[in-house]
Amino acid sequence: MDSFLLQILNGLDKGSAYALIALGLTLIFGTLGVVNFAHGALFMIGAFCAVTLQRILSLSYTVEDPTQKDFLGNPLKVQTPYVESWFGPNVGGAIIDWAVPLAILLAIPVMVLLGLAMERGLIKHFYKRPHADQILVTFGLAIVLQEIIKYYFGANPIQTPAPDALSGVANLGAVIGMDLVYPIWRIVYFCFAALIIFGVFAFLQFTTFGMVVRAGMADRETVGLLGINIDRRFAIMFGVAAAVAGLAGVMYGPINPPNYHMGMDFLVLSFVVVVVGGMGSLPGAVLAGFILGILESFASTTWATTTIPGINQIIIYLVAIIVLLTRPRGLMGRKGVMED
Amino acid sequence: MGILEVKDVSKRFGGLKALTDVNLSVAENTVHAIIGPNGAGKSTLLNCFVGKLIPDTGSVMFDGESVLGRAPYEINQMGISRVFQTPEIFGDLTVLENMMIPCFAKRDGSFELNALPNMMGQKDIVERAEEVLEDMNMADKRHDHSASMSRGDKRRLEIGMCLSQEPRLLLLDEPTAGMARADTNNTIDLLKEIRDRRNITIAIIEHDMHVVFSLAERITVLAQGTPLVEDTPDNIKGHPKVREAYLGESA
Amino acid sequence: MFGLDKKDTTLLLVVAALTMLAPFLLNPFPTESGMAQFNAGYPDLMQKFVIFGIFAIGFNILFGLTGYLSFGHAAFLGVGSYAAVWIFKLFTYNVFPAILLSVIVAALFSLLIGFVSLRRSGIYFSILTLAFPQMSFALAYSVLSNPKFNLTNGETGLQVYADDPQRFHREGLPDLPHLFGLSMRSTHTMEIGAWSFDFNVGYYLCAIVMLVTFYLSVRIFRSPFGMMLRAVKSNQQRMNYTGLNTRPYTLAAFVISGMYAGLAGGLLAAMDPLAGAERMQWTASGEVVLMTILGGAGTLIGPILGAGFIKYFENIFSKINDNVLHQWFSFMPDGIEDFMVFIVHPFVGKGWHLTLGILFMLVVIFLPGGLVDGGQRIGRWLRSRGQKEDKTTGTTEPAE
Repeated sequence: MDSFLLQILNGLDKGSAYALIALGLTLIFGTLGVVNFAHGALFMIGAFCAVTLQRILSLSYTVEDPTQKDFLGNPLKVQTPYVESWFGPNVGGAIIDWAVPLAILLAIPVMVLLGLAMERGLIKHFYKRPHADQILVTFGLAIVLQEIIKYYFGANPIQTPAPDALSGVANLGAVIGMDLVYPIWRIVYFCFAALIIFGVFAFLQFTTFGMVVRAGMADRETVGLLGINIDRRFAIMFGVAAAVAGLAGVMYGPINPPNYHMGMDFLVLSFVVVVVGGMGSLPGAVLAGFILGILESFASTTWATTTIPGINQIIIYLVAIIVLLTRPRGLMGRKGVMED
Repeated sequence: MGILEVKDVSKRFGGLKALTDVNLSVAENTVHAIIGPNGAGKSTLLNCFVGKLIPDTGSVMFDGESVLGRAPYEINQMGISRVFQTPEIFGDLTVLENMMIPCFAKRDGSFELNALPNMMGQKDIVERAEEVLEDMNMADKRHDHSASMSRGDKRRLEIGMCLSQEPRLLLLDEPTAGMARADTNNTIDLLKEIRDRRNITIAIIEHDMHVVFSLAERITVLAQGTPLVEDTPDNIKGHPKVREAYLGESA
Repeated sequence: MFGLDKKDTTLLLVVAALTMLAPFLLNPFPTESGMAQFNAGYPDLMQKFVIFGIFAIGFNILFGLTGYLSFGHAAFLGVGSYAAVWIFKLFTYNVFPAILLSVIVAALFSLLIGFVSLRRSGIYFSILTLAFPQMSFALAYSVLSNPKFNLTNGETGLQVYADDPQRFHREGLPDLPHLFGLSMRSTHTMEIGAWSFDFNVGYYLCAIVMLVTFYLSVRIFRSPFGMMLRAVKSNQQRMNYTGLNTRPYTLAAFVISGMYAGLAGGLLAAMDPLAGAERMQWTASGEVVLMTILGGAGTLIGPILGAGFIKYFENIFSKINDNVLHQWFSFMPDGIEDFMVFIVHPFVGKGWHLTLGILFMLVVIFLPGGLVDGGQRIGRWLRSRGQKEDKTTGTTEPAE
């Protein structure tokens, strides 16, 4: 029972990442009718927002400390981050320590602007072109974005630790009398993802803006005929989707150190998630994200991997193929979305 | 016994009854028009003939064989060709190539891996396609890119493509919708010619009464998913029920 | 000739001449000159040109004709390589049975994958074909390389070891892939003055295979089958209502292009008896997509041009480092020289993929017909300029 719960918990953090990326992909599918192969790159850029902020905050100047000597007997050179000298070692140190959560503040404007720029500068011109062209141009963009990141940050993964206070483990089961030791940051990640998902749904459900967007997803032409400028709203939705992917990336750093190709790795899986959930269905994307994340976690148990070696690597694809063959529209897909 | 026999066909979309107990018989070698106000279920009915929709109940028999549950290409191979509301042709291909494809389908069936011979070396197909183009007065356009033709020409090509298969039943879905007057008249003339010269049964769905009354020999009036009357054009013209259906719609 | 019309025959002969004379054409710089590093006429690279040419020609039969965009074709290339290496390990280093088996295995594998993924069209198809190579990669990388059943040798890659059975291997045969005794590695070097040209058996084998496959693809393009595939791309609805079943047509195209990929994989293994899982990754499929689009999807010669272009510049660009750049810009004043090097630096050397990505985007945005389309546009422009001049002379004629 304990290990069963633990597997579910293990699946939640990966499932959260899948769900967030798939949610953004679906928003873009549904509203703009565009298949965005660069969405994984947005996730990756989000993660590198955290890396960038961490580096900016750690910018240091060198002072010679006459009281200490290095091994040659010269005065020791001490690197002091500017933030520490401005806010004092305690506050400054805390700021650096909390770089990853703080990066959310940086990532939101960066990602929204990047999303808007992508939509206005590139995607807009591809609405009337065939889907294959949309796939190709966003695929090209994904390569360009990841190569730029590689140029500036190198090819190796970069450690982005969680704040000290959130980086240990906690015994979740203590409350209910079970033994469930689980990393705190993963709980934080899950809660954060749940918050964003909730926020996106609330935004679509309860604001006029969201209502128009939902109507547009259902029937774009009619809404356009009503004299509503649906294009501008869709552009903003692209920004929102980019921000969702970016935030998923920012917070994922402490779980898996970011590297330049993490976007491509997640992209394929997220597409599979979207297809399993049902193309064009937001709840489907979220549901499928969590289900597949948890399934993957169960397939990674020693019992599963000794029975069928490597099952953890292919379980998602197997499930996707079975779902598509038996329920071609996915778990919650609507009829006729992008079928021609 | 007609060539197309429709018995007790009903179709619902969720809560909407699109068709209720439709009975219809299209006699061989006649032009049978199905008319009715918007939303009467004309297109739904047609889609049940060609395999796009499967009715909830009832049967559709073509020449004594059921068409239900068959894929569109199988139904076409049985001898039913369909012309769409907006002309559906192969826009990327030339006019001659467009015409050759149904000829291949007629000769080789639904699939033939004919991957090495030269397409233009298939003399029988090329000759047959040229012949139909001649017939359609389109021979001079044979090397044109078909997507860049006028709507009337596209319609003419589409009808020609259907005829090249020598179907026993030709289904026309509002063949003059969205056409300019001249194109409409040309299409009517073309269809009259086809009616008079060939052994073919034509079922036509139409909105434009001018088209219907210049072509049809039998007319079925459909209203709210159910046939109202079936009669000759002359009797339909003054029929009170028909007036009611149409006036009821406009009122 | 060969059942082709005059235009296609000319094209075939041009391609034949280019591939046969490639050792000369690709080595235009004398061996001792500073430009020699930009020579591309060495066997390894020339083999890659034609092998990826085959891969792209096959991909174009699917994508160029039917418009179905597959991201899964690297998987077929991968299984082709594995099949060939297994022949090397178990039976013989003769490449003939190895290549034959790689084509057969790729055909079966693509039949299976095509059958499943062609149940959907459009982007669903693309996504399904995206999932398959990833799954194959995972299978090859870990699942099928466990001690109980080691089919792929995982991370190390499948290769031939000294204790492999090689049942039909005899004394006197080369201890490397060969064609009935003719080693793939044997190279004749011809020295003419300051120049040197390499004639490699492996390259000529690949080149002849490519010519045959190119010829077959021309035949397919001009056949009734090719026209049906173009009709599928143009209007599936009309196909269905014209009595044609689109599924077997697309599946046949999928399997044929899968066989081309398997053939390319077999040849890769024949040139270098090694097969690794990374050949199956979807980014590897992305490469053949890039080649085909860049050259011109749906054209006959485009995929070959695209494959050659990408492999050639990949090779050249990766050799350009800061020293070379400084040499190039040395005629400029110092400050500007450094600035130019700074600007160009991200795009060369390891930055080749960045350049490729940008180039690819530019082609998709501005030149959807690829390099072939670009060439035709320039041709038309030149001709229309020529005609204008004709016209001006034409109007003056009566006055004479």
